[in-house]
Amino acid sequence: MEPILKARGLVKRFGKVIALNNADFDLYPGEVLAVIGDNGAGKSVMIKSLSGAIRPDSGKVWLDGDEVAFSTPLDARKQGIETVYQTLALSPALSIADNIFMGRELRKKGPLGTILKQLDRPAMNRFAREKLTELGLMTIQNIAQSVETLSGGQRQGVAVARAAAFGSKVIILDEPTAALGVKESRKVLELIQQVRDRGMPVVLISHNMPHVFEVADRIHVHRLGERLCTISPKDYTMSDAVAFMTGAKEAPAQEAA
Amino acid sequence: MHKLLLTSAIAFAATATGAFADTSACLITKTDTNPFFVKMREGAAAKAEELGIELKAYAGKIDGDNEAQVAAIETCIADGASGILITASDTAGIVPSIQKARDAGLLVIALDTPLDPIDAADMTFATDNFLAGELIGQWAAAKLGDAAADARIAMLDLGVSQPTVGVLRDQGFLQGFGIELGDPKKWGDEDDPRIVGHDVTAGNEEGGRKAMENLLITDPEINVVYTINEPAAAGAYEALKAMGRQDDVIVVSVDGGCPGVQNIADGVIGATSQQYPLLMASLGIEAIAAFAADGSKPEPTPGKDFYDTGVALVTGEPVDGVESISIEEGLALCWG
Amino acid sequence: MTETEFKGQDFEKSLTDATANVAEFDDSERSALRRFQQILHSTPSLVPLIVLAASLIVFGLLEERFFRAATLTLIMQQIAVVGILGVAQSLVILTAGIDLSVGAFAVFTSVVMGQFTFRYGIPPAISIVIGLAVGTALGAINGWLVAKVKLPPFIVTLGTWQIVLAANFMYSANETIRSQDIEAEAPILQFWGTSFKIGATTATLAVLLLIAIVIIMAYVLRQTAWGRHTYAVGDDPEAAELAGVQVKRQLIQVYALAGFFTAVAGWVMIGRYGSVSPAASTGQIGNIQAITAVVIGGISLFGGRGSILGMFFGALIVGVFELGLRMLGTNPQLTYLLIGVLIISAVATDQWIRKISG
Repeated sequence: MEPILKARGLVKRFGKVIALNNADFDLYPGEVLAVIGDNGAGKSVMIKSLSGAIRPDSGKVWLDGDEVAFSTPLDARKQGIETVYQTLALSPALSIADNIFMGRELRKKGPLGTILKQLDRPAMNRFAREKLTELGLMTIQNIAQSVETLSGGQRQGVAVARAAAFGSKVIILDEPTAALGVKESRKVLELIQQVRDRGMPVVLISHNMPHVFEVADRIHVHRLGERLCTISPKDYTMSDAVAFMTGAKEAPAQEAA
Repeated sequence: MHKLLLTSAIAFAATATGAFADTSACLITKTDTNPFFVKMREGAAAKAEELGIELKAYAGKIDGDNEAQVAAIETCIADGASGILITASDTAGIVPSIQKARDAGLLVIALDTPLDPIDAADMTFATDNFLAGELIGQWAAAKLGDAAADARIAMLDLGVSQPTVGVLRDQGFLQGFGIELGDPKKWGDEDDPRIVGHDVTAGNEEGGRKAMENLLITDPEINVVYTINEPAAAGAYEALKAMGRQDDVIVVSVDGGCPGVQNIADGVIGATSQQYPLLMASLGIEAIAAFAADGSKPEPTPGKDFYDTGVALVTGEPVDGVESISIEEGLALCWG
Repeated sequence: MTETEFKGQDFEKSLTDATANVAEFDDSERSALRRFQQILHSTPSLVPLIVLAASLIVFGLLEERFFRAATLTLIMQQIAVVGILGVAQSLVILTAGIDLSVGAFAVFTSVVMGQFTFRYGIPPAISIVIGLAVGTALGAINGWLVAKVKLPPFIVTLGTWQIVLAANFMYSANETIRSQDIEAEAPILQFWGTSFKIGATTATLAVLLLIAIVIIMAYVLRQTAWGRHTYAVGDDPEAAELAGVQVKRQLIQVYALAGFFTAVAGWVMIGRYGSVSPAASTGQIGNIQAITAVVIGGISLFGGRGSILGMFFGALIVGVFELGLRMLGTNPQLTYLLIGVLIISAVATDQWIRKISG
């Protein structure tokens, strides 16, 4: 099977620091790929290179078999890669629907939309409600309520729903459970599985081993700016994974890509 | 011998043409945006050029800006100027700085605006603002005739801090109109029912319009409007026009700037008391020149505690008992 | 350390019986106060509307002449210029910026309109268009400096305020163009001062213009993507950028539109004051007046919150206080004192409403 998102030989330097040292990456259709690595291993730089937030110095990226080069996150998004940042990138004062459609609003049909540029709020609200319901998120009372009135988990839910609604090829989640309580994390993990079950491949960056082992199909271990190995959570324990990523244990031979 | 003669000749020539080559003077105005002060600066600059005096001009940023004027005085002292001409924004607040300048041996002349107290400056070259007010007051009363007894008067003043110029004109007007004054050092304490109210204009069109509106809403029957200056009068006229009252209200003002005199011709203002800022400034420069030459100080106008640069009532409709000049004469003498 | 982590692998088993409805979006139990806070939060113009209604009632009770149509239309005329500057200011403040240059731009563009007509003999209608273009261009420069050069809006507009005001005095040579000359030769400059009858009283076209601009901008901000983006940029520019808003372009457009409105205000000023005066107080204090209306109108200085309608009510509140206190014959300084109190109360209320998220 061809990877949906593939990278080879990514290099990124910041002055004298080499953040990415010939890193490779493979994401297959329909899987949840967890990316783990110690702080400073360069995993977030690699993810940013894939989502368009950073331009690597060298190396190539393929999406769906075609070579791509993103210069902005918008570029990546247009090609079907949606990223949920750790900061969520939500506007707290705006409504759930406004946030979900930020930057790709729907306009009314006819002159109201083309001349007066009026938003099609009923359609936007309907769509937003649909997407949230699809992910089993809610019994929403008011889709027009502002995001700041939501809990951390609910906000994560909105951000994930936005990504799932528009990401046509890949969804990248950066530390989605880091700021959440136990119960809320649980909900988000369920969300990830729901997104995957709907056929959307997910990249999950996380420090939380139990979460990684619970939802990941494969685990990409990042160490010293490159991919150390890719393991299956079925074959290794959490302590193995931690040992690989900290260098306490020799990495297993790389499985065939 | 020959050489000595030559040197003397050169020295004599220098005395005749450029006696004040080393003399410098400062002009400090309230702002450098009001046309009145702009003209004053032009008058001073022209005279200074003629006498070969170096003139430096300073101004506050806005009317009432005392700090900038204090800084300007300090600069002039440090600069070694012979004298300062100043229109003070804060007539009492500036006094300690003025004293410092006089202690340092500078001649300080207040232009247009007397200091508080007036003898804080060596001399004041100014319009008799009380007289300026009195003239328009008398004119307005004479114009109304018997109706003056039932007049409804709006007073459009300068600012709530009641600067002396504004108080003098205001009180002069009321006295001229035949209204009993309270304390002549402030306005607003009169109890004559003919006065509808006092409001402040900042001396520009915006303030004039708003103040007029505020007073008209209090009493739509207003038929006499005193204004601190002609821009305020122009603003007041717009408010009157908006309410259709422009033809049955008498507007009087003080200043005599060219647009103001033109406004008399156009029927916006009934009469204005014209003052002469160019004269104030050139007399001021001459005084500094004389002081630098022989230490002499200017003398006040007999009977007054300042040098009166004169005032004339300009109107197209002269009345008996009040001396006035015509619009044409006013235009010939106007500034701005 | 890792040891415990591994042992704890099953720690979430105990949660299976716990309610898992954390991500449900309903909250039924709320105190009345909390509900009120919620209402204010979703309708930010409600606070100034209540204050406006209350002040109208109080002044109406204290002063019988206050409730006459003439008084009320006069207030509208008096706030027309500040209201339009307030629209410009609202746009900028919604992006978490501030515009100190609005008043100076208004005076300068009015001078441009006047001088182009009288000094160069350009037809007044074209001079007006030039004036509007100058205002828009000046605004775009503010926006460019803020968005591209990344200078703080306060600094940028503090600078352009001084620059444009000085240019205004130099260019105009401090000369006023008289109302009578404008009326005779270029009456279109005074267009917005044209008065018309409503019932027994008169109002000027400027009043209608202000209302129209407020309605249009309320629509643009609420009902178009551009408006939503303006809020998003002010709320959290990084989030907006990541969500796909072109933040820099948006900022430049916002400042340019604000500049356009200052020029409209400049045109309205000619109608209101009759003459074109470079020394108009608006150049010095127009910015503060506009900011006052915006703040009392409940728009957050932190950006992203509030509405144009609130600003309109804020400007009206100031107008009602000024005229109302004047009619009561109080010391003019009392007006400023009370407006100061209103400003602080408005910001305190804003902070309280914002606590809703906590």
